[in-house]
Amino acid sequence: MGVKYLSDYTPGEGGTIARIVGEGTLQQRLMEMGVLEGTSLEVVRVAPLGDPMEIEIRGYKLSLRKSEASCVEMEA
Amino acid sequence: MTATASPPSETRTSRVALIGNPNTGKTTLFNALTGLNHRTGNYPGVTVEKKTGMLDERIEIIDLPGTYSLAAHSPDEMVSVDLLLGNLDKEPRPDLAVVIVDASNLARNLYLVTQVMELGLPVIVVLNMADAAQNAGVTISEEGLSSALGVPVVSTIANRGEGLSKLKDNIKVYLKAEAPNPPWHWPDEISKELDTLTSQYRDVDFLLTRALIDEASAAETAIKSTFGGEAVKALAEARSRIKAQGRPPAALEAKMRYAWIDEALRNHTQKIATGPSASDRADAILTHRFFGTFLFAGLMILVFMTIFEWAGPIMDLVDTTFAYAQEIVGRWFAGSALEGGMLHSLLVDGIIGGVGSVLIFLPQILFLFMFIAILEDCGYMARAAFLMDRLLRFCGLSGHSFIPMMSSFACAIPGVMAARTIANPRDRITTILVAPLMSCSARIPVYVIMTAAFVPAIRIGGFLSLQGLVFAGMYFVGILVAIPVAFLFKRTLLKGPTPPFVLELPAYKRPDIKTVLIRVLEAGKAFVIRAGTIIFMISVIIWGLNYFPHADEISQRFETQRTEAKTSLKASVLEERLAEIDNLEAGAHQRNSYFATMGHFVEPAFRPLGWDWKISMATLAAFPAREVIVSTLGIIYNLGGDLDVNEEKDRTLLIQQLKASTWPDGRKVFSLPVALSIMVFFALCCQCGATIATIRRETNSWKWAGFSFAYMTILAYVGALLTYQIGSLIG
Repeated sequence: MGVKYLSDYTPGEGGTIARIVGEGTLQQRLMEMGVLEGTSLEVVRVAPLGDPMEIEIRGYKLSLRKSEASCVEMEA
Repeated sequence: MTATASPPSETRTSRVALIGNPNTGKTTLFNALTGLNHRTGNYPGVTVEKKTGMLDERIEIIDLPGTYSLAAHSPDEMVSVDLLLGNLDKEPRPDLAVVIVDASNLARNLYLVTQVMELGLPVIVVLNMADAAQNAGVTISEEGLSSALGVPVVSTIANRGEGLSKLKDNIKVYLKAEAPNPPWHWPDEISKELDTLTSQYRDVDFLLTRALIDEASAAETAIKSTFGGEAVKALAEARSRIKAQGRPPAALEAKMRYAWIDEALRNHTQKIATGPSASDRADAILTHRFFGTFLFAGLMILVFMTIFEWAGPIMDLVDTTFAYAQEIVGRWFAGSALEGGMLHSLLVDGIIGGVGSVLIFLPQILFLFMFIAILEDCGYMARAAFLMDRLLRFCGLSGHSFIPMMSSFACAIPGVMAARTIANPRDRITTILVAPLMSCSARIPVYVIMTAAFVPAIRIGGFLSLQGLVFAGMYFVGILVAIPVAFLFKRTLLKGPTPPFVLELPAYKRPDIKTVLIRVLEAGKAFVIRAGTIIFMISVIIWGLNYFPHADEISQRFETQRTEAKTSLKASVLEERLAEIDNLEAGAHQRNSYFATMGHFVEPAFRPLGWDWKISMATLAAFPAREVIVSTLGIIYNLGGDLDVNEEKDRTLLIQQLKASTWPDGRKVFSLPVALSIMVFFALCCQCGATIATIRRETNSWKWAGFSFAYMTILAYVGALLTYQIGSLIG
């Protein structure tokens, strides 16, 4: 059982963030928006064309591309 | 440098900075606090618009752009930080920062609050949308939150005007308050480095902290320009030391703030579980995997149809008004020595005619602004970006570019202005550069004439009209060219790292009519003033080139014809003949004008496109406003300049003339390949002074406006060339 990332999640799945991978502007933006280790979230839906995905986190809805979600490592 | 402002005195205007996350009702609050007297302007060197208003004669409010954080990664984002620190030239430091917060979304909103509280300014927190919070089952203790933060907290429902007087009172009191003492503390890894750095580089605490945490950011650039490369090196070394201890500084910052925020919310707010909100239920359909896109497409079509439906009659009204104005002015000259003279022509044809031909698009522009404002205010705009993102990634852009490009199908001006919502400057400029390729409604007259005249009126498979297909095809030309062009720009000129698409999907809310109307009025005003001045100048110049030299011999020749007619004809026959002579005279003067000389001059360049000098001239004349081509062609072919493409009679007349037109050696000028090449040229060329003026305003530079014009002209030329050459080979 390998490491699971947010990009692997499907609508309805939820979990807690283990850590944010990488150190660039994207990661900083995500953390500023409340996407950081220890935060719980749930995937609401995926856009019709398969990308981006919409999550519910800290009481609001956030959309991010799968490529961006792939830097959010989830707890097993 | 952190400047300390002198305390507000009796004589100086106090300044209040209004800042907050997007979608918090900040605009509504700003409008409610300042009434309708806003002033807009520009901060030098960036595309951020400066917006200020007066709370009363003593207190000025500065509306800063919505943002999630003070970590600035671009000059545009840095403007707010610089303004709050008092580092902007000619912008004195504000005396107070008011942070507006969405009460139904407290956690993320408080992040910005904690940053603003570190600036060294007094702060007031406005808990807006208190009603939405209630509906979401959230109860907040204002006093609790206020004592936890150490700053006043005021609840408001801005769109209902509730809480505003309490807020105004608080503002007046807290203008003179002390800066707060933040109750959260940097973790050791960071505070240790900050202590060393701030003792070395004095008086720049906030910027230094930001430069340390935000790697290679605008703050670092600011530090570098003040303290040089060694400061940058010190920062880099400090950063690596922090990273070596486990986490990058940005992660430590986020952890510190949210840890404090989570604790404060636990202590001072309560949430009762509610079922899916109305907003959630709406989204279940609107962003549904299958229905979502259909509904979206349906909505877009509906919006466009409505715009054309509503704008139509109003445009006719504008047309009539301007025609009436021309008549009235014409009457001033009737019987006088100046009749039919230069001044007469300048006023009637040049100014009224020219300005009218562009203002006639104002109704469409206003309706488009209105729809865009409604979509944005109600929250659907974000869903549009969400649905379309995958598609737009083909061009290297994001879902944010969809509405600007879509709007450009009606008119590029609102489209280019709508690009303001695109945060990333490179994406924004690419969108602005590519938006005019979407065939706007001004191109329709050209498509109609050329298709009706030269595309065979046959039906494919018995029902698909070939003419209709070609017409629709022209729209696709723009789209199909835009994709590789956008892609190319993003790979070359506007190259840069892919910006994050992280996007908040705000809860749906009823759009606030006042906010929408104010936005529409401001946009309309901006268009009329800015584009209007340029259009005015261009109209006069074009008129001049068309009118002069206005040779006397030509006038004489037709005056003779008029006298003859008056002796031999009567009543309606006479009137018709006189009108005909007017058109013939106009045509003769036109063919003798400087413009015509220019047309002849450039003809060799356009011959490979299959164009003769008349087409070249009409195209040149259409550069400031493309719909002018119809009236120009009308004049050249002696039909007068008042042709209406929608009138069958006028259309037939013009088409007859075009079909009969020949080169000196007798060959027909017009053919299907020529018609197609003309349409392709118009599809791809930016023949709209108003759009260029808007691009200049939105990019705050002539560089991009000029580049826009240049690249589209080249693109149009090459496109038309290929169309004609290939078309002639096939056909």
